[in-house]
Amino acid sequence: MFDQAMLTLMGEGIWETLYMTLASTLLAYVFGLPLGVLLVVTDEKGILPCKPLKAVLDVIVNVTRSIPFLILMIAVIPFTRAITGTSIGANATVVPLVLAAIPFVGRMVESSIREVDAGVVEAAQSMGATPFQIICRVMIPEALPSLVNGAAIATTTILGYSAMAGAVGGGGLGVIAINYGYHRYQSDVMLVTIILLVIIVQILQWIGTTLANRLDKKKV
Amino acid sequence: MTEAMIEIKNLTKSFASKSGEVTALEDVSLSIGAGEIYGIIGMSGAGKSTLVRCMNYLEQPTKGTVAVDGRMLGSLSKQELAQLRRDIAMVFQHFNLLMQRTVLANVLFPLKLAKMPKADAQKRAMELLELVGLADKARAYPSQLSGGQKQRVAIARALATEPKVLLCDEATSALDPMTTRSILALLKDINRKLGLTIVIITHEMAVIREICTRVAVMENARLVEEGTVEAVFAHPKSKAALNLFYPGQELVDIRPAAGGRLCRVVFNGQDAFEPYIARAVLDTGVLVNVLHSDLQQVGDQVFGQMALSLPQDPDQARRIVAELKSRGLIVEEENHV
Repeated sequence: MFDQAMLTLMGEGIWETLYMTLASTLLAYVFGLPLGVLLVVTDEKGILPCKPLKAVLDVIVNVTRSIPFLILMIAVIPFTRAITGTSIGANATVVPLVLAAIPFVGRMVESSIREVDAGVVEAAQSMGATPFQIICRVMIPEALPSLVNGAAIATTTILGYSAMAGAVGGGGLGVIAINYGYHRYQSDVMLVTIILLVIIVQILQWIGTTLANRLDKKKV
Repeated sequence: MTEAMIEIKNLTKSFASKSGEVTALEDVSLSIGAGEIYGIIGMSGAGKSTLVRCMNYLEQPTKGTVAVDGRMLGSLSKQELAQLRRDIAMVFQHFNLLMQRTVLANVLFPLKLAKMPKADAQKRAMELLELVGLADKARAYPSQLSGGQKQRVAIARALATEPKVLLCDEATSALDPMTTRSILALLKDINRKLGLTIVIITHEMAVIREICTRVAVMENARLVEEGTVEAVFAHPKSKAALNLFYPGQELVDIRPAAGGRLCRVVFNGQDAFEPYIARAVLDTGVLVNVLHSDLQQVGDQVFGQMALSLPQDPDQARRIVAELKSRGLIVEEENHV
């Protein structure tokens, strides 16, 4: 049963899963990082208070986060097709993954940035730093260990979503688990894919935690 | 007094809060001369932190004006204000250092904001760390330093852009008495060497006594008393000042017997284990009579006042007064009959 073909399939599955997860995380951060920063600075007591913008962002984030991923994936198929030209496979899965991950990443970033001591921000203001300088040189660098920790959580969550995408023609290990393990009753294949997913999550989380600890100068 | 470095006129600041409007400052006016070490003392919640934040516009006043070095803060654009803030440095109770950066990078931070060339900035930062006695910690991170060392880094950082004013918001309140003394000595040193105007916010009278030239007393959002430190210590006019300097005591008004001489002796933190009066009497051979004494020991310091009746002979009286003064006590003769 674990013949050459299956091994090749597994290998491709691992690669696709990693590709979908990492590409989606990266793209989600491209949008999610500014979103998270905006959620903090536009706060009433933030460095660029803007009540309407904050309210709108809050609503958008909460609404998108409420939609179950599977539903979101199906709902955005036209959009996915417009971007990637297809609605199945790894590339097509990246689109809904990014969309679902942006608000999640935004909240993760928001909570990390909020951990930065308000006094440090005040000190920077007292030195004549502009809001942009405060964001780039105080908030993000000071929150970096926490941001990296958050990124590890985001990555593993996105990996979980990517496996779910297997149900509707996504790629990666999820699709193997569904097609072989579930539809063909090959429980050994199911087991192997699950073990592989567990190992990948462990490794990603370990990298994140180690990196965050190494970066954190509060712990030297 | 020299020309005013900070001129505050009719400053009022109120905040909207859930329980209605809260007034943090009410009609506060004061003038701080260039090169002064000016203390602002008050209980927590008296409005002193808000007052100091109005001096660099971290808080915008509701009413009134603030001028620093002749420039009205309220009339400046954001860029101009950012520029001016380099002249008004600030240190904080909790140091507020960048925890993810080295000591050196913390001191470099304001210089980078000011776009100083890298080599010059590096040189200046090292000089400042030298000044505060932490050159050997340049590569360390703030988490590896003690509280006093962190405050030294914060002071070095504050001095980086060669400010004209240094605002200290409870800068020693998180430190132990020994460290407090060393930080105050550093501030005094800086004031002397650089001619910097220093504003110190504190609730500790020891801090005021140690380094300030003038003091303002705040209570319930108002400035209730202002003057030279000696004058305010010797003759607190307001209840607030009295409570701060001589907790639990009332001002005494004792009059000497007809023709007698009387002096008021004020203890403002002298060594509690030193017999000042007895020693002065022994050294001068002049006898005094203690009419009233209300002293309080705080730690190893003594605060309070004493009323002494002096000998009729003016020469003897002068000798013992001079002796007491030479021991650091505030002595005032009151010869009204």
